[in-house]
Amino acid sequence: MGHFIIRRLLLMIPVLIGVSVIVFVLMRVIPGDIALLLAGDHATEERLEEIRQELGLKKPLHQQYAGWLWGVCRLDFGKSMWSGETVLSEIARRFPLTLQLALMTTLITVAISIPVGVICAIRQDSAKDYVLRVFAISGLSLPSFWIGILIIMALVAAFRWAPPLGYVNIWEDPSKNMQILIWPAIAVGFRQAAIQARMSRSCMLEVLRQDYIRTAWAKGLREKTVVIRHALKNALLPVITIIGVEFAFLFGGLVVTEAVFTLPGVGRYLVDAIHHRDYTVIQAIVLIMAVIVSVANLAVDIIYGWVDPRVRLQ
Amino acid sequence: MPANNTTGPAVVVAAPPGELTAFDNAKRFLRTKPLGTAGAIILVLMVVVAIFAPSIAPHDPYSIRQDKLFIAPFSSAEFILGTDDMGRDLASRLIYGARISLYVGLLSTLLGSVVGAFLGLAGGYWGGWIDNIIQRFMDILLAFPMLVLAMAVVASLGPSSNNVIVAIAAVMLPRSARVVRSSALSIKEMLYVEAAKVTGCSNWRISLRHVLPNCLAPFIILVTAQLGGAILIEASLSFLGLGVPPPEPSWGAMLTGAARFYVYKAPWMAIFPGVAISLAVFGFNLFGDGLRDILDPRLREERGKGGERKGLAVSEEVKHHRREST
Repeated sequence: MGHFIIRRLLLMIPVLIGVSVIVFVLMRVIPGDIALLLAGDHATEERLEEIRQELGLKKPLHQQYAGWLWGVCRLDFGKSMWSGETVLSEIARRFPLTLQLALMTTLITVAISIPVGVICAIRQDSAKDYVLRVFAISGLSLPSFWIGILIIMALVAAFRWAPPLGYVNIWEDPSKNMQILIWPAIAVGFRQAAIQARMSRSCMLEVLRQDYIRTAWAKGLREKTVVIRHALKNALLPVITIIGVEFAFLFGGLVVTEAVFTLPGVGRYLVDAIHHRDYTVIQAIVLIMAVIVSVANLAVDIIYGWVDPRVRLQ
Repeated sequence: MPANNTTGPAVVVAAPPGELTAFDNAKRFLRTKPLGTAGAIILVLMVVVAIFAPSIAPHDPYSIRQDKLFIAPFSSAEFILGTDDMGRDLASRLIYGARISLYVGLLSTLLGSVVGAFLGLAGGYWGGWIDNIIQRFMDILLAFPMLVLAMAVVASLGPSSNNVIVAIAAVMLPRSARVVRSSALSIKEMLYVEAAKVTGCSNWRISLRHVLPNCLAPFIILVTAQLGGAILIEASLSFLGLGVPPPEPSWGAMLTGAARFYVYKAPWMAIFPGVAISLAVFGFNLFGDGLRDILDPRLREERGKGGERKGLAVSEEVKHHRREST
């Protein structure tokens, strides 16, 4: 098991390095003269030189990259070009919201998709199957930001109530926090659930066909016992691993949702940074998201390897 | 049985048994996959609307008319779907928006998928260090959430429709490479490839002439699935203000800005573009699903003893899901 983990870890390192190179190339190399972009067309040459000195743009590229990477390893992402604060503090301020939103969304997704998928697998008949398929494809098709807009419209139209503006921490005012965050969580969670329900249905079906399930039926066990005690555990494994990966990708998907519901999270910060051409921030956020995804993939691989020995021996 | 069947009833032979032409497959598709056919119809309609936009659109999508602000939909014959905050006809903007979505979606998917396919083919067929390097590169690309990667590329290159195409292509690339690579890996082991090698075909010839065509089925399935995703990403980028720059009426861009500001006064501004996006992606997904069921025999559903439908192979479903869920 230890070998497996170490091997996976070693595989992750070149990927992370590659990720950092791509982020650096995208944000430092390609946009051209950042000083010019920041200062504008009418800046004097001295001002441009000043900015270049400040940002260390005069050094050769590989030195800039090494310097940036070294800073990242010490969690120093530089300063935001827009606000002047350190990037780390800005992100740290917004991260709890995004994290909470991701957790709530995943919770809703799991709460809907697993029961729905399992039930559809047990009660497999064509009508429900069809409905589920259409449901799943609509989940894939409806843009999550549009669902968000529709939810707000529906709330106002039906209840004359809109989610309060001004985000508060969950520790300060839990009820207001929930009022604000439940709707984006539903908007994204519902959509993800539609997609995942299909997945859990297939996994359940696969397990239900196994011999040991047939033995359980033959022993005369009740349906509830067979499904919950025997089948469910084994069906859940692939589902959980996918959910683990989804959780990481959620951080990217939440970008749009935060924009729709005007939540001051990391995703919205990224959008604002792009509009402001705040390259240090963009670099940091994109890198962090890629690292989160890689780590989540690694965790999922390890869990899979721990539970299923065949994977370990590959 | 008589050796020469000259006195029996006339036997009509329609076509030599064996090869199914594409036409036969198409007919089978129409017959057995009603959902897929519905999707295909939606797509064809969309393509027609996009191509003939100037003839179909009742008004100029760009013209601002101060006297025609906020007309409600279905209330006047001149502006069927209403007008927006600048008096622009919504129906015309939607019709021209189809052009953008299709143009960007198709080009980016084709670009990303084809480049990815070649990389996947190279890696899968040649193996060794080439495969390793290409695999690592794909892993790196896959580490970025789809939308974030597209946003980063647009942020880097600047907002223009070509850059959006490149950005979305970059997102599609690794997924396509993966699919083609796994196809190539399994085909490489097949007997006809070995036969080709024995007869002295060069590697180039084998990979392009023998391996590639047999990778096509999963590739086509992937492309149709990714087209829907590409349209969604384009809409999301436009929604965030990072897509095709105004005044182009991209559907995603129509859902932001003024549409949200006036959402209680003129809700139709926020409803119709969303319907358009959903319909387009829905059509692509339905069609892709139907195509997948027909083309990929491993996913064909088994029939149980009583004719009830059983299940789909989990591994394929899992792979398919990981491809398209993000």
